[in-house]
Amino acid sequence: MGIRVERAPAPLWIRPLLPLLAVLLTFVITAGLVMAVGVNPFTAYYYFIVEPLAGRVSAIEVLVKATPLLLTGAAVTFAFVGGYWNIGAEGQLYAGATAATAVGLLMEGVPSWLAIPAVVLAGFVAGVLWALPPALMKVKLAIDEVVTTLLLNSVALFGVSALLNGPWRNPISQWPQSPEIAASAIFPRLIPRTRLHLGFLLAIAIILVLWFVINRTAFGLRMRAVGLGPRAARFAGIRVERTVLTAALVSGGIAGVAGASQLAGIHYSLIEAISPGYGYTGIIVATLGTLNMVGVALAALFIGLIDTGAQTVSRALGVPVYLGDVIQATLLLVTLSVLLFQFYRIRWGRRAG
Amino acid sequence: MDTSRSASVPAVEMRGIVKRFQDVVANDRVDFTLLPGEIHALLGENGAGKTTLMRILYGLYHADQGEIWVRGQPATIRSPKDAIARGIGMVTQHFALVPPLTVAENVILGHTSGIRVDLAEARRRVAAAAQRLRIPVDPGARVRDLSVGERQRVEILKALYRGAQVLILDEPTAVLVPQEVEALFASLRRLRDSGLSVVFISHKLHEVMALCDRVTVLRQGRVVGTVSVAETDRNTLARMMVGRLIQPVSRPAHPAGHRVLLRLDRLSARDDRGLLAVKEVSLAVRAGEILGLAGVSGNGQTELAQVLDGTRPAESGRVLVDGQEVPTGDPVALMAAGIGRIPEDRHESVVAELTVAENMVLEHLDEFVRNGTLDREAIHRHAARLIQQYQIRARPEDPIRTLSGGNMQKVILARVLERAPKVLVVAQPTRGLDVGATEYVRGKLVEQRERGAAILLISEDLDEILELSDRIAVIYEGHIVAILSGEEADPERLGLLMSGAALRAEARPPGGM
Repeated sequence: MGIRVERAPAPLWIRPLLPLLAVLLTFVITAGLVMAVGVNPFTAYYYFIVEPLAGRVSAIEVLVKATPLLLTGAAVTFAFVGGYWNIGAEGQLYAGATAATAVGLLMEGVPSWLAIPAVVLAGFVAGVLWALPPALMKVKLAIDEVVTTLLLNSVALFGVSALLNGPWRNPISQWPQSPEIAASAIFPRLIPRTRLHLGFLLAIAIILVLWFVINRTAFGLRMRAVGLGPRAARFAGIRVERTVLTAALVSGGIAGVAGASQLAGIHYSLIEAISPGYGYTGIIVATLGTLNMVGVALAALFIGLIDTGAQTVSRALGVPVYLGDVIQATLLLVTLSVLLFQFYRIRWGRRAG
Repeated sequence: MDTSRSASVPAVEMRGIVKRFQDVVANDRVDFTLLPGEIHALLGENGAGKTTLMRILYGLYHADQGEIWVRGQPATIRSPKDAIARGIGMVTQHFALVPPLTVAENVILGHTSGIRVDLAEARRRVAAAAQRLRIPVDPGARVRDLSVGERQRVEILKALYRGAQVLILDEPTAVLVPQEVEALFASLRRLRDSGLSVVFISHKLHEVMALCDRVTVLRQGRVVGTVSVAETDRNTLARMMVGRLIQPVSRPAHPAGHRVLLRLDRLSARDDRGLLAVKEVSLAVRAGEILGLAGVSGNGQTELAQVLDGTRPAESGRVLVDGQEVPTGDPVALMAAGIGRIPEDRHESVVAELTVAENMVLEHLDEFVRNGTLDREAIHRHAARLIQQYQIRARPEDPIRTLSGGNMQKVILARVLERAPKVLVVAQPTRGLDVGATEYVRGKLVEQRERGAAILLISEDLDEILELSDRIAVIYEGHIVAILSGEEADPERLGLLMSGAALRAEARPPGGM
């Protein structure tokens, strides 16, 4: 008697059911924990998954929470498709937010139609620049980008921290935070009395553009070839290094836009906690979305939902917010495992023949 | 040979083994009996099913039908672990060694009990085993510092150290230089005399004649027969192997062109380790000519093919296509100059996860762009046309990894030939293909010759070289050691040249031997 895993694509009709299966499994796994804090798991789960979608305001809040994840998820996906393992979206986001702050502070008296694009562009350029050293090291010296991009995240975070405790410290605040950017540089709200801002539309637009580039252009096909089979791509005459470099830099730029979007859409002044790990969650979003932009959009919305749900459930039932984190983390792990069944199946017992 | 040997219980008996891969039957009701203390050759052309059969015995593949008996006991072998437990060891063509570890560590790896490993003790035991078995290796040496021949000895030692009574060697001489071959044979004879059973997979007649006691010949997945080497000869074996008498191939007389379409001028290139692998190779291939490049694997053919397909820059020398010098190390320039490339490793020339249609346009993507976007209609039509024209069993939207080797090769062929290249550089074009696909590919090459292409055919399959080539160049240790006309060439003579023996003999002054 044994267990074997073999490669076998699941029938198409099963695939949409897999996320549901994941939710159910997570429910079973975490039910004991929820009961331990004295709450009915069914009720908790209702607040976690259903309640956020029931009300208009909280449903829109899901989109707000999803916005940075749409951007970092798209950024990470773009790099991964090109065979560049960018783990540095977090740092690129901080670089983008910093540059957006610097530009935003200068936009006093500048009209919005100019100030907002300037802020977005600043975020993009800073993200590209932050992504440039590891990308060059990868392409020119074959230094593993997983390590370099990851390490640069801490550099970015500490850099921001140094700025906020030094030159940019807002004198009228007791927290390390920068002064607010010019009002004209702040993203407009899409729906009054919600936090949904221009960044959401920007994210959707970027996802659409990237989808088009990957799936409909010659560059996209070359990039996929490089990501899936660099040697074959080189054989076909594709400039592998240039393609990888482009994928890496565009990825960094979009992560930078995520930073600009959080700054000009939500916080208005730079703070150390501008990202609770959006860059890293972007990797999860990319993976959950199976490196395809439609999947990325769905995954970002889904994580936006459970992010919102974690707050709802703690507010409604008084369970610790950390329980929400546990459930969220479990759900992610289970979903990732379950998604493998798209491609594999487990066979019990010994093989026939 | 020895009657007491045949009377004893077989070391291994395989009965009625059937193994299918998609549309190919690799083993078709194969019976195979290995006696204790014999060296038994499994002889056959590439793709005859030799390796498949032994991979089944070693637990790497699972037979669809049939049974295996080991020393008179029925055996279920589901993994190499099962095989090792039953005293079966295999040295595959790709060694399973860990380069940074020492010889002793590699030998005991996976064969330790408990958590702690006494490395000093292990080294002593490995050294003792090496001495007892008379396999000359240094237990303390790091595997990464060893030559290919030495690594092979480590693999053999590893198998024997684990108590193998049956040793399977998959084309062990393919990677060896002649002296190493002699040393290997001497070792194997000694081991045989001490009771080991050896399965020797090969497609080289002279090796089988020189080393083995009995031969089982496979052709197209079936057993043609098992004979004692003492009672047969090379011609008989060759006939069994190919299914026909090997005779001078009569080629259709066709006007040999005069224009040299491909010229290599003192071309040199380094291998991945930085050693010179191609040494001042000069060759000229004319329009309407197939120039075969024969050689034992690892004598620079791979590197030469890579220089000509653009994935490896030349160290020095020139490549000229139709009189024009072409920069090496640039696939785009080589293709633009009119070189069509069929590479040695087809898996490294297609992107497995992309579709057939996408792979077919990958080299010339710019021609399939309209208004900045991919013209998906055109890509699909293009693929559908080639699929029909080249009888490829696939749909345009199938990921290419789902295709059989033969169909994948047809895709590569279609991609290249539809551009009517002036020059074709073809490396191991039928390696691993079934007979039907092999015939097809060879037919296409002949067709291209008639069209007027200059074809450089790099192949380790001597029969293929002899069948197709108008002239044959022999490469040995990176040098071209001879160029023969198709009529002058025969397997014997080529074999000598390929082994470097002729070179050494000719290099000496007459009577100086």
